[in-house]
Amino acid sequence: MAKGIMIIVEQRNLQIRKVSLELLSEARKIADQTGESVVAVVLGQGIDELAPTLAASGADKVIVIDDAKLAEYSTGAYTSVLNKIIRKEEPQAVLLGNTAAGKDLAPRLAQRLGVGLASDCTGMEIDSANFLTFKRPIYAGKAFAHLTSNVRPIMATIRPNTFPVTPPDAARQAEVVKEVADIDAADLTAILKEVAVAASKRPELTEANIIVSGGRGMKGPENYSILEDLADVIGAAVGASRAAVDSGWKEHKYQVGQTGKTVAPTLYIACGISGAIQHLAGMGSSKFIVAINKDPEANIFNVADYGIVGDLFEIVPLLTEEFKKLVNE
Amino acid sequence: MNIVVFIKQTFDTEAKIVLDASGKIDANGVNLIINPYDEYAIEEGIRLKEKHGGEVTVVSMGGSRAQEAVRTALAMGADKGVLVSDPGLENTDEFGRAQILAKVVADIPHDIILAGRIAIDDGASQIAVRLAEALSIPSVSSVIKLEVAGTQATATREIDGGTELIEVSFPAVFTAQKGLNDPRYPSVAGIMKAKKKPLKSLTLADLGFGAGDLKMVINQYSLPTPRKAGRKIDGEPAQAASELAKLLREEAKVL
Ligand SMILES: Cc1cc2nc3c(=O)[nH]c(=O)nc-3n(C[C@H](O)[C@H](O)[C@H](O)COP(=O)(O)OP(=O)(O)OC[C@H]3O[C@@H](n4cnc5c(N)ncnc54)[C@H](O)[C@@H]3O)c2cc1C
Repeated sequence: MAKGIMIIVEQRNLQIRKVSLELLSEARKIADQTGESVVAVVLGQGIDELAPTLAASGADKVIVIDDAKLAEYSTGAYTSVLNKIIRKEEPQAVLLGNTAAGKDLAPRLAQRLGVGLASDCTGMEIDSANFLTFKRPIYAGKAFAHLTSNVRPIMATIRPNTFPVTPPDAARQAEVVKEVADIDAADLTAILKEVAVAASKRPELTEANIIVSGGRGMKGPENYSILEDLADVIGAAVGASRAAVDSGWKEHKYQVGQTGKTVAPTLYIACGISGAIQHLAGMGSSKFIVAINKDPEANIFNVADYGIVGDLFEIVPLLTEEFKKLVNE
Repeated sequence: MNIVVFIKQTFDTEAKIVLDASGKIDANGVNLIINPYDEYAIEEGIRLKEKHGGEVTVVSMGGSRAQEAVRTALAMGADKGVLVSDPGLENTDEFGRAQILAKVVADIPHDIILAGRIAIDDGASQIAVRLAEALSIPSVSSVIKLEVAGTQATATREIDGGTELIEVSFPAVFTAQKGLNDPRYPSVAGIMKAKKKPLKSLTLADLGFGAGDLKMVINQYSLPTPRKAGRKIDGEPAQAASELAKLLREEAKVL
């Protein structure tokens, strides 16, 4: 019989991704209510020391697969290893973060296991018949689908920032199991030549708690520095509208919206953004929205919790000073 | 070089989503477009053909209206179209669809398979990767640069906070991310030519598939609770900024 909730943990340079901790926290809650166990699986090289953190974050069992071939994420090697682990463990559910790696890995793994996959979910609930149901945005958040499966394991990728992280409990213990990486040669056909990760002191857009975003109203790339100053005071990420990206002021990876990133931060501060339907699709589920726009009729005010009608070049630096005061208090 | 491009017809990004009487997404009166990410895939396929020779086959799944999308791709410069159209598709999810597409592709010579990295309607981002698995070939997701030499490709793929450079041998699947290229518009001559290009329609029975096998079941659809306009903060800029900071700390409690 299938049992347990398995979390595929993502780590880079021994840093566990925040979304993995969010999944462990939520899985712990569900496990406590349903009498299930939480199994964390972590792949990489030289990662033994992560086990206690995963135990403290809610895992009952930690499966560590340590191998040079797993040092960096690759579709083939990770699918090969996880397919076997999942068949051996037979969990009820397998959860991954909807990150670049999660998005790439989950469909491949699901196809190999012959199961369905609920991708990019923003909700998960206990279901009496099928163990779990998932809620996922479709049409970029203009609607939701609620889905479930009676095929095991039930698989889902969960959008970052969906669940809160429970503070770790250092006293929690977990059974730690080391498995060897059993990788089929057929799965090693794609060769990773290079990884270039730009060091950024700001959080990843999709994982950020606060996002400060600028649109066409920014008037030019040089002016983003005022948003960056604001962002750095409160530890925020910086985003952009498509108009700003198409003007070449910001790279596409900063674009928020239907054809950019979908984000759900606690606070989204939109500066010089009109609030087009495609932009709202990407940030409409933010907990709080602040709009700064000189046009009182701008659509963004129809969704903003707080709005200031005015010139952003005047307001943003003033806000930065106000935030500094708050942070220093 | 033989190239297969998967495309999907989706709602226009301007579309408002409403539910019909049976609680399903209502497609009535909605403008349909080629999924924007698939346009990058089509463009890349055509550019590869222009540079290395060969043929571009566009494959789509959907209702009969999806013919328009395939014709547009043919007008852009693809050579042949295949449309899998069958009421039974309603009862297939990503798992089954990948198997159906794998069957379609098996009959078409293919070195490179391209698709958009995500469809903006269901946003699932699964089919292309699942298809690669069904064909037991490698895939690279979210590609922003593709260089082909001989029977190998080097793809630059976007990851969180950076990029990866991946080398694969053909056949392989690539999913296109914005930035890969600038899709062309179909020319008038292209549109005329497209009318004469072959477009084959297939049913599930033609491909040897029977009744669908749903791995995931959609229990219901829902709409988000519309956001309400909140408070506009008036006053002098300095005063408004101070008031906003105060509200964010004391009322919203987010700072
Ligand atoms: C297929 C498709 C996909 C799309 N996908 C996306 C997407 O993913 N993301 C996205 O954002 N858009 C997307 N769009 C584009 C979208 O329709 C809008 O064009 C875009 O969001 C507008 O960006 P903006 O709000 O920055 O610019 P504008 O609409 O031009 O708004 C600029 C705003 O800045 C204000 N402003 C100007 N100067 C100042 C100042 N000094 N102080 C304060 N306010 C000022 C103006 O009042 C105005 O409201 C898409 C469109 C299509 C067709």
